Amino acid sequence: MSDARDPRSPIGAEDEGVVAASAAVMGAEPVLLSTGARSQWLDVWDQFKTHKGALIGAAIFLAIVAVVALGPLVWDPELGIKSNIRARNEGMSLAHPFGTDQLGRDIFARMMAGGRVSLAVGLTAMFLSVVIGTLIGVLAGYFRALDGALMRFTDLFLALPLLPLLLVMVLLFREPLTAVFGVETGIFLLIVSAIGITSWMQTARIVRGEVLALKEREFVLAARSIGTPSRRVITRHVLPNVLSPIMVSATLGIATAIITESALSFLGLGFPPDFPTWGRLLNDGVPYLEQYPERVFWPGIAISLVVLSINYVGDGLRDALDPRIRGR
Amino acid sequence: MLTFTFRRLIFAIPTLLFIALVIFLLLELAPGDPMANVPLTVPPEVKEQMRQALGLGEPAPIRFWKWIVQFFWIEPLNIFDHLFGTGFAEGKLRIISWQNRAPVFIVIAERIPQTLWVVGTAYVVAILIAIPVGIYSAYRQYSIFDQAGTFVTMIGFSVPPFFSGVLVIVIFAVQLRWFPSIYDTTHVVDDWDAFVFQLRQMFLPVMVLALQITSQLSRFMRASMLDNLGQDYVRTARAKGLRERSVVMIHVLRNSMIPVVTVIALGIPQVFGGAIITEQVFKVNGIGQLLITAIQANDLPMVQTLTFIFAVLIVLFNLIADVLYGILDPRIRYE
Amino acid sequence: MNTKSALLCAAASFVLVPVANAQDQEGERGRDGEVSIIYWQAPSTMNPFLSGGTKDIEAASLVLEPLARFDETGEIQPWLVEEIPTLENGGISEDLKSITWKIKPGIQWSDGTPFTSADVKFTYEYCTDPEGGCAQASKFEPVESVDTPDDQTVVVNFKEPTPNPYTAFVGGESPIIQKAQFENCTGAATSTCTEQNFNPIGTGPYVVDEFRTNDAITFSANPNYREPNKPAFAKVNFKGGGDAEAAGRAVLQTGEYDYAWNLQLAPEVIAQMEAAGQGTPVVGFGTLVERIELNHTNPDPALGPDERSVVRPHPFLQDPAVYKALSMAIDRPLLVEIGYGQAGRVTCNYVPAPDAFNSTALECSEQDIEGAKALLEEAGYVDSDGDGVREKDGVELKMLFQTSTNAVRQDFQALIKEWWEEIGFEVELRNVSGSVFFGGDAGSPDTFQKFYADVEMYANNFDGIDPQAYLGQLLCENIPGPDTQWQGENVPRFCNEEYDTLWNELSETADPAERQRLSKELNDMFVSTGGQIPLVHRGRLSAHANDLGGIKLNVWDSELWNIADWYRISE
Repeated sequence: MSDARDPRSPIGAEDEGVVAASAAVMGAEPVLLSTGARSQWLDVWDQFKTHKGALIGAAIFLAIVAVVALGPLVWDPELGIKSNIRARNEGMSLAHPFGTDQLGRDIFARMMAGGRVSLAVGLTAMFLSVVIGTLIGVLAGYFRALDGALMRFTDLFLALPLLPLLLVMVLLFREPLTAVFGVETGIFLLIVSAIGITSWMQTARIVRGEVLALKEREFVLAARSIGTPSRRVITRHVLPNVLSPIMVSATLGIATAIITESALSFLGLGFPPDFPTWGRLLNDGVPYLEQYPERVFWPGIAISLVVLSINYVGDGLRDALDPRIRGR
Repeated sequence: MLTFTFRRLIFAIPTLLFIALVIFLLLELAPGDPMANVPLTVPPEVKEQMRQALGLGEPAPIRFWKWIVQFFWIEPLNIFDHLFGTGFAEGKLRIISWQNRAPVFIVIAERIPQTLWVVGTAYVVAILIAIPVGIYSAYRQYSIFDQAGTFVTMIGFSVPPFFSGVLVIVIFAVQLRWFPSIYDTTHVVDDWDAFVFQLRQMFLPVMVLALQITSQLSRFMRASMLDNLGQDYVRTARAKGLRERSVVMIHVLRNSMIPVVTVIALGIPQVFGGAIITEQVFKVNGIGQLLITAIQANDLPMVQTLTFIFAVLIVLFNLIADVLYGILDPRIRYE
Repeated sequence: MNTKSALLCAAASFVLVPVANAQDQEGERGRDGEVSIIYWQAPSTMNPFLSGGTKDIEAASLVLEPLARFDETGEIQPWLVEEIPTLENGGISEDLKSITWKIKPGIQWSDGTPFTSADVKFTYEYCTDPEGGCAQASKFEPVESVDTPDDQTVVVNFKEPTPNPYTAFVGGESPIIQKAQFENCTGAATSTCTEQNFNPIGTGPYVVDEFRTNDAITFSANPNYREPNKPAFAKVNFKGGGDAEAAGRAVLQTGEYDYAWNLQLAPEVIAQMEAAGQGTPVVGFGTLVERIELNHTNPDPALGPDERSVVRPHPFLQDPAVYKALSMAIDRPLLVEIGYGQAGRVTCNYVPAPDAFNSTALECSEQDIEGAKALLEEAGYVDSDGDGVREKDGVELKMLFQTSTNAVRQDFQALIKEWWEEIGFEVELRNVSGSVFFGGDAGSPDTFQKFYADVEMYANNFDGIDPQAYLGQLLCENIPGPDTQWQGENVPRFCNEEYDTLWNELSETADPAERQRLSKELNDMFVSTGGQIPLVHRGRLSAHANDLGGIKLNVWDSELWNIADWYRISE
């Protein structure tokens, strides 16, 4: 299994026939946008609220994001950079809530710095993959002429062995990009785009399926019959209606991206050693596992908790956005 | 159906050639040097000679063409020779790994058993666990079993193997000493004790991998069951007085298995691809570990061949999954 | 941990084990069953001429043997020959241009055929074939021809007078391969000989049963080994791959393996593993020095590709006050403690070993931040514009400090950067992945040879026990540059006429004592005129199970050099 990937939405089996079949089922109830976009979102929220796991997950995720983003305001980030030889390998204390590492750097500060990178990678890579996926999905679904070519292109990407390619890509473009943008930005861009480019295919397929079905619906036909230009139809009528599958795959995309980044760091191909990310911190902590188990636990738990909470949120969103389940 | 399969097969050829080219170009751009791991005590002139001996002096298009010929013609000939004891491939240069100057296929053949044993077992174990769990979770949706199952599968998704793997090694291998911490690839199973040892050394990696795969499959099984349980035909079946057992286990299960079977087929290339991280953590020197070491050593022929084999498997099993879907689900018509 | 205690530690581990039981060392061949060895870097071939890697050379050393080896103290020992040829016994000619080896009678290959001088000559031909890409070609570079007057005699003729003729056929890097087996494998045919490369026939204590590249090797005792009672272990299970931590754990903690090679682990990790009581770490010191090279040319990116790191001088690094201050600001004992523990010791020398060549003239073990500041102050480097960085004549003390990506090196970089910034430098850090940094790609701007930085850190060493060639790397003619595709071993671009003259004198001197004196003088000249800043003399730390006897950790040759003498200590 490619451990770093999460082939959770295995729609790979679908060919044209399949997508059409399932899409017909999915579109059973029309989502009437014009009458109440707001009330629709209220409905979604009501449904989401009833999913306890999702609610707790969202709370935990937001809490972690808050600590990581706002933490530096109250906790000096310099502590995680500056070494302090006299205070190395310390246990948990008030001065260092998570202890210190082998150079006396504060692990709490490093965890926050690492979290910022890991989360930023997750969010940006997800954004990139969703944008590419949606673009290709909408174009393929809406314009018949483009469909064949774009879907073959998607199939091509699906056929690429992704984790090995990701490894090769990282190895490859690491030096040129670092040379242009500096170590931090360079590798950040590299990892984000590598993950983004290799993970958009599922979104594209799902979106295409939805668009294919939507295109034949009365309100879209109506809009087109009064001469609305395609661009308008897409932005006003199609996109809002495919938002729900996009949102679900976006949440799951964050989780996948975070795991992929830490896997790369774990294999020694992600960010360099002096640059903390959760995967990197975990990797660095492994040799000390028996002496200072907390060095592995903190990043390990942070990654797992974030991914777990995002998965629950995704689950809740899927239920809430699916009109068939709503109100059950 | 047949024409569909045929059309897809034909289309697979340019796809694969294109993939081979993409992989080759990516590797070609790589700034690494296969001589980087040679100690500094070896002088630069000698390293240059070693590079020439690897054929690095030739221009890229020629090397690509050579690789294509070797992969699609000479290597199959070698396999043929090996099977039938003929000598068609004699004297023809095979794809040679830069690390050890041996044909890459010999090395790959050496690694496949380990990977199949460990990853394959994990896959089978996962399927055997995931299907019943998925069925029961869906049938008793929102029950305690379902909630607990959901939680466990969520954990399976969320805890990366490089965390769980390291954890179980320290707990079960180092502290409790129940299982070995390093996988012995030379172990030969020839009697009962040897078999028990093999089971023990496989236990930890299989456990970690199976947890992951189970999570994915059981979620999928559950969703697919839920989809079908709400269908009209289920209501009809119940209404005509069928036993609940046969409604669920025959009617619903059969229909729910259609997408799950294709998902299982789609996962098979990854069994061959090996679990890169899990193999690394448990020192199972299989295909995944081979790829990582080849990448680290800048052994381009090996990386190229391995990634391309993965691509072939993915394309092949995608096709198999599609065909399976068509056979299992009569509603699907491939024109 | 200081040098003394490190030495004591190493010494103690040598002494503790073999006292256990004297009769364990005697007995018939194969009496002790199986021994398991783990190398966290897996051997990729059994032919050491195809790969320069230490792991491959050491795995091969169980099977293939040279004419003479270095022992654990760095002394040369006869192995397949009767005695070491010297000037005194007439084995080395008066003009230093030839050396005559007398092969021990009765030595057989593991297939039962006799080992003769023809095999030795063939080995020379095999490795010097220009198409073969032999990794050890430099060992044979000074050799003009190899003569075989009879089956037991090998005469090696050198192109020039060679005071140190113990390079070809000496040590684990240039063992003898069997002519009969490799005859059809020379030159371009090298790659078609997988069977031969993976299963070489040798004279050593073991033969290969199964070789799995980059994975595992199984050996069994050589039935035709020349000493009837050896080796004590009938089988060797040689596992490769993984990481140093898992290897250390398997020997020191869980006892799954008997011997683990080169455990590059943090000192506290080793200490904690050792506490489990299953095994013992052993340390040996070779010639490996972790150092900071100071660029003698100007690496300014504004200069064109033909001038960057080519034109002299560096804006400030050749000022004695600057390089002395840089060295004084470093707390070497702390670096040793953090990075290497018992596997490292402070050194101020380019040539740290063997002891006879280790200069004691320099002192650097104490950090002196104030002294460094005063030195800079005195030389006129002051922070006049208040930005925290000293300058003189408008030149700011700003440096780019690069190294390869590796956890210990990044820790060192962080510490050294802090010390240097404390004395008024501005330091920018950079790390490049090892495969690029040490790769010889002339097109890459990031190789250590190109040195597009002010200072860079890495480790280097030399083979064997004579530093002449290693000192010779620092001659002006070896400076890398665009005209030589950046191939050249004088990475700091050090160039000193006096040094070159002295080295020429060394190359013509045969008297050992005089050679030692000259080498030390060269070393001192290089370091004290700002050639480089040596940091840590790095040892090799391996570990063995407590019941494995006969281990003599050897850093001058293969670590497994005396595996024929290993045995199991009975309770």
